[in-house]
Amino acid sequence: MSDLPLSPVSPIARPGWASRVPVPVLLAAAFLAVLAFSMAFPRVVTPYDPLVSDVAHAMQPPDATHWFGTDRIGRDVFSRVIYGARYSLLIGLSSMIVSLLVGLVLGVTAGLGRRAVDEGASRVFDVLSAFPPVLLSLFVVTFLGQGIVNMAVAVGIAGIPKFGRVLRSQTLGVRRADYVTHAVTFGMSRARVFVRHILPNVLAAVPVIATIDIGSAIIAVSALSFLGLGPQPPTPEWGVMLAEGRDVLRVAWWPSVFPGMAITLTVMAFSLIGKFLARVYGVRTR
Amino acid sequence: MKTDPSLAQPQSLVDIRGLSISFPHANQGKPLVRGVDLSIRAGECVALVGESGSGKSLTARSLIGLAGQGARIDAHRFDVNGLPALDFREHDWRALRGAFAGLVMQDALVSLDPLRTVGAEIGEAVALHAGLRCHAERSARVRAVMSDVGIPEPERRVRQYAHELSGGLRQRALIASAIAAGPSLLIADEPTTALDVTVQAQILAVLAARLREGVGVLLISHDLAVVADIADRVLVMYQGEVVDSGPTGSVLNNPSHPYTRQLLAAQPSALSRGHQLGSARMVPDPQALGESGELTILREPLPARPAPSDEIVLKVDAIGKRYARRGAAGNDMFTALDDVSFSVHRGEVVGIVGESGSGKSTCANIVLGLVTPSAGAVDFLGTRWNGAKLKEASRRALRPRLQYIPQDPLSSFDPRHTVQQLLQEGLFSVDLSRRAVIDRSVELLEQVGLDAGYLGRRPATWSGGQRQRVAIARAIAPEPALIVCDEPVSALDVCVQAQVLDLLAALQARLAMSLLFISHDLDVVRHVADRVLVFKDGRVVEAGEAERVFESPQHAYTRELMAASPSVRRVKRSLEPGGALMNRSLLVTL
Repeated sequence: MSDLPLSPVSPIARPGWASRVPVPVLLAAAFLAVLAFSMAFPRVVTPYDPLVSDVAHAMQPPDATHWFGTDRIGRDVFSRVIYGARYSLLIGLSSMIVSLLVGLVLGVTAGLGRRAVDEGASRVFDVLSAFPPVLLSLFVVTFLGQGIVNMAVAVGIAGIPKFGRVLRSQTLGVRRADYVTHAVTFGMSRARVFVRHILPNVLAAVPVIATIDIGSAIIAVSALSFLGLGPQPPTPEWGVMLAEGRDVLRVAWWPSVFPGMAITLTVMAFSLIGKFLARVYGVRTR
Repeated sequence: MKTDPSLAQPQSLVDIRGLSISFPHANQGKPLVRGVDLSIRAGECVALVGESGSGKSLTARSLIGLAGQGARIDAHRFDVNGLPALDFREHDWRALRGAFAGLVMQDALVSLDPLRTVGAEIGEAVALHAGLRCHAERSARVRAVMSDVGIPEPERRVRQYAHELSGGLRQRALIASAIAAGPSLLIADEPTTALDVTVQAQILAVLAARLREGVGVLLISHDLAVVADIADRVLVMYQGEVVDSGPTGSVLNNPSHPYTRQLLAAQPSALSRGHQLGSARMVPDPQALGESGELTILREPLPARPAPSDEIVLKVDAIGKRYARRGAAGNDMFTALDDVSFSVHRGEVVGIVGESGSGKSTCANIVLGLVTPSAGAVDFLGTRWNGAKLKEASRRALRPRLQYIPQDPLSSFDPRHTVQQLLQEGLFSVDLSRRAVIDRSVELLEQVGLDAGYLGRRPATWSGGQRQRVAIARAIAPEPALIVCDEPVSALDVCVQAQVLDLLAALQARLAMSLLFISHDLDVVRHVADRVLVFKDGRVVEAGEAERVFESPQHAYTRELMAASPSVRRVKRSLEPGGALMNRSLLVTL
């Protein structure tokens, strides 16, 4: 009977979720990869300068030479959309980083601190989320003045409560986890337990919220630019292009529809990937 | 159910031959249950016993068409309630559930609807199947069923919700809802696993009362001891097949299959003290040659251990803990622990037994210095360790000397960490070079019977036994003087439990550590402990040498606990053929 297979089963292989990525998520990732490439090397993708106007060929509908047509003063819409990715994505990314950093500090402090600290930080999140994000960003831009950096900060402030709340609840869960208690029984100092166990496990939620948040940041950035509070014309930012295209919308659809599609597809791509990551990591985003 | 008077034999409720169950997307399409023969007659209790994943629950659920979505069921014969059930459709099954067969599941809290009163839950089954539409008749029936299962004051309990009832009452309510429509068959899937021994004994008594009324019972358990007293026949399942079956007495005393023998041999008991469990073998008794089939258990002794010294490692002095009741006014306090004193000597194993809520875990947390006691103090290695106004910083230097093995090691592992990192954590207080840390980690893994290949892996998908080995390796890493083990084996199957207990005993002897071993399982504590403390309602009601306490318990509560504790040694006296053989206790040590 010694040959009875009584010893426990051998460890099972890691579930192969990587091989089961849904097709829409793969498409989204491919789209973002193409976008990132055109952001880095716009000259490879398009021969035209986004700022050079050619009045002789103004308001051309899309054709073989100008894939997305030309705008009111004859600039190539395709190359403006490509160059515009730099502005829209980078501003969206930096505002997300602003929300992340402030939200992380406030959220982790709230999760670890005493009740009064927690209440204080949570009320900050309540106040910030009481205003619609675009309205709040409008306030901040009016207060700080126009410009790319100020707009990134403004959109970032509006995104703080989303990060703060998720990271606070994540911290609350992690600090009560058995492995944190167990680390205490090894005689570790509080700081060491925080650095080794609490922070890394709290940060596990960040990629998920960040990916979802960057989409809404891009929308907010475009909305503010559309209102003329961000980069100024002739900068090829997608929101600015939408605003310019609005004037000629009755006669030409292409100067507004293509930057609009760029915004929509980018935001959809980020949100698809974010939701997928949320499912894989089991993070609740609300 | 009407009994056909023409049948001379008790009616066969279920008759199944050659059952196999497979799922197209699980186990590579190979069947999870193979070749199972099962028949249950009225008034008979059949037990399905096996470790987790052996297919016992799946088999039982297939009897009421609940094997799960996409399940493929094949059998030579599959008669349920006298009807060929292989080509049943959903509405045929629905007519059978509740009316012919009731299902009792393990966790009553999740099986009862939290939004409905117990009365409504039981009343539903009555209304559905017994055809009692009249309100007064129905509530009379509900109360009758509730008193049948021994729920006191049914008039008051019908209006309560599941969360307002204790675990035992909840399980009774679940049984009541299963038998409300008067089924001929009761399927009980681990009905007592989450319950204390005394409550478990009461629930088994409720099932026994159903049996006397002529209900057939299919009892599913991972524990042979639980079913020993009540079952008429036992089927032992292993990896989807029935490996041993027959009358309870002959399966327990004369198991034919190596697995069943191993299961019985690995069971800790009074006789296994000081011996290994994992290597224990059930063999024909060489001293009883001629008497056919008599078996005995051969056990190898554990490695010799140094006698416990007089040096006191841990001294617990009159500790108490009171909590404010949730949502209650200021001075309504709940006493979790009251005036508990004991000490642990170097190299000694002290066991703590008691039911849930008796204060065992509160005591462990105070000893571990994770909870500050409301009264009293704890000294560890001659220094004040825990007490009022004592700060964590003053404990830190001594922390590595007191380690902890939890019931569920997985939750105590940082989910991001590999085994290497987990062990490094245990070694963090020891000043070692990077190279030496790895060497020591490999050495630690070898001590717990794992090889160096485990270092880079994460334990999330491992079996319970492997995880517990890693937890033990981590606990012994800083060479502690005392390890607190809080229910370290209660989540494990018997055979794995045997290996883990052997490992703990061997390490305890080799490293001359002391253990504070907390368990609700009296047999396990009896097997490992030198001294034992019996907890009840936050107090120590009895303490003493383990053998003395279990041999001649002084306190009434200890006796009650021991009487309620199931044991394979008290084999049911049965009138089956060969009964004379069964009545003899055959589990002897050589």
